[in-house]
Amino acid sequence: MTSTSIGPHLPRLAHSGRVTQLNVIRSEWTKLRSVRSTLWSLFCAVVFTIGIAGIATAVISHHWPQVSPGDRADFHPLEPTLGGVQLAQLAIGVLGVLVISGEYSTGMIRASMSAAPKRLPVLWGKAVVYGLTTLVLMVPSAFAAFFVGQAILSGRHIEAGIGDPGVARAVLGAGLYLTVVGLFGLGLGAIVRNTAGGIALFAGIMFVLPPLMNVLPSSWNNAASPYLPLQAGERILQTTGGTLSPWTGFGIFCAYAAAALAIAAWLLKKRDV
Amino acid sequence: MIEARNLTKRYGDKLAVDDLSFTVEPGVVTGFLGPNGSGKSTTMRLILGLDAPTGGDVTVAGKHYADHPAPLHEVGALLEARSIHTGRSAYNHLLALAQTHGIPRRRVDELIELVGLESVARKRAGQFSLGMGQRLGIAAALIGDPDVVMLDEPVNGLDPDGIRWIRDLMKALAAEGRTVFLSSHLMSEMALTADHLIVIGRGRLIADASVDEFLRRHSKKVVRVRSPQADELVALVAGPDVTASPLEPGLVEIDGLTAEQVGEAAAANGFVLHELTPQQVTLEDAFIDLTQGELEFRAHASLDSLAEKEDVPA
Repeated sequence: MTSTSIGPHLPRLAHSGRVTQLNVIRSEWTKLRSVRSTLWSLFCAVVFTIGIAGIATAVISHHWPQVSPGDRADFHPLEPTLGGVQLAQLAIGVLGVLVISGEYSTGMIRASMSAAPKRLPVLWGKAVVYGLTTLVLMVPSAFAAFFVGQAILSGRHIEAGIGDPGVARAVLGAGLYLTVVGLFGLGLGAIVRNTAGGIALFAGIMFVLPPLMNVLPSSWNNAASPYLPLQAGERILQTTGGTLSPWTGFGIFCAYAAAALAIAAWLLKKRDV
Repeated sequence: MIEARNLTKRYGDKLAVDDLSFTVEPGVVTGFLGPNGSGKSTTMRLILGLDAPTGGDVTVAGKHYADHPAPLHEVGALLEARSIHTGRSAYNHLLALAQTHGIPRRRVDELIELVGLESVARKRAGQFSLGMGQRLGIAAALIGDPDVVMLDEPVNGLDPDGIRWIRDLMKALAAEGRTVFLSSHLMSEMALTADHLIVIGRGRLIADASVDEFLRRHSKKVVRVRSPQADELVALVAGPDVTASPLEPGLVEIDGLTAEQVGEAAAANGFVLHELTPQQVTLEDAFIDLTQGELEFRAHASLDSLAEKEDVPA
């Protein structure tokens, strides 16, 4: 028996598996690591977190002899070391939006949803992969920022120790907070399905809404503001003040992210791709 | 096998697919034909479950696409709209799709080789030419070894070599017993590739027949006759089912008789013939005939709506 093959021939696939959540997670990991914007955003987030801690503490350390006694009393060594989180959250949140909106803008979403037509595994896969990636990167970055910053401050003997009250929680909290910021961005991006719109919504809720609250009567403002995503979430980074306890605030922030993802999931099932 | 029953899709007040019922059989290449905007792409999106039908139903191998445990093994699709992240390499694009089904990495290499993208597999897909993007899309469609291959306008952007390559590949896939469903707005392409045709216009089914049957049904018996006695010949054969259109002095087209009938009539009466040519109706002509009504309607409709908008006084 002879078989002559003329023209192209598609080889058979020895064994095809099936779509499982774990397989989709593997696929999402490949997608995340194979796009340049991901690597840049994550790189920026790490550099911001550690670099700003180094710069801010070095500046303070340098000017310390000129700092007034009143300001010295108000100084808390944790604040400059976690200052980079403010900038890092922008990179992490925007990347969270891009992880999903990039699929809509390029049309990749059609391939993704054809490969996993139940749809929700794609959203959960992105949340797991992106959440774990930010967690694994940003928790160590926050600790690195802390130790770099405190090492610089120790030249003036004004450093904090990791064992001081609330400090370990705040440093760990910085990594956790950034992780949830990323998931919040992902949820918003999946709701809006558009990069510009998703980033605008994310920045609007996080950074524009808080100052807007000032137009409200101050009693309303004072009652509502602590429950806004940014204020509630950042409680975990703080060792003083605040209406909500650090974990309560962080829990509320997690609830915002969970709500955004839940709405996104509901819309994903309901809408045409 | 793809089965659509009364499939309907409405976007706002636009009816994109209108009560469409058809079956796409395995083992043959089925051409899905219609003018641009006739609902071919929407139908394919409905088959893949990317859009939900407003009414009716469509199944692949007896199930909704989304209910298959390994959908890429059931249907491999290339959609007309690009479905590739421009920032990702061809290799990683295919790998990400393969991984959703636990398909091994060597399959990715196999497909890259099959479509001839070895030299650019690590380049970002955004830098690809239209033809390269199309090859990558075809590789993605075939990665799961699908029983149904569904390609929307697959020859778009391909060079003649690429077009022949697709044609051969599709015929080979059908010969292996797979269901091959190709859309096109170009009849000439389908004439060379397809065995069966499903023709739609404005979302509605116009024809569902084998290519031979389609041609037979839509071919007319037209014979071109050149003769010094053309007028006498026309007078002789004219009848209720036979019409003649003079093209120039001594040259007519007779509609309704075969060349044999005309030749015999001429011989019996001693007329001299300089030319006797059966006019072949091409698939292209039949398609244009069939869809012209749809297009004309649309042209008028849009003029009407323009007039309404501008509120032209009567």
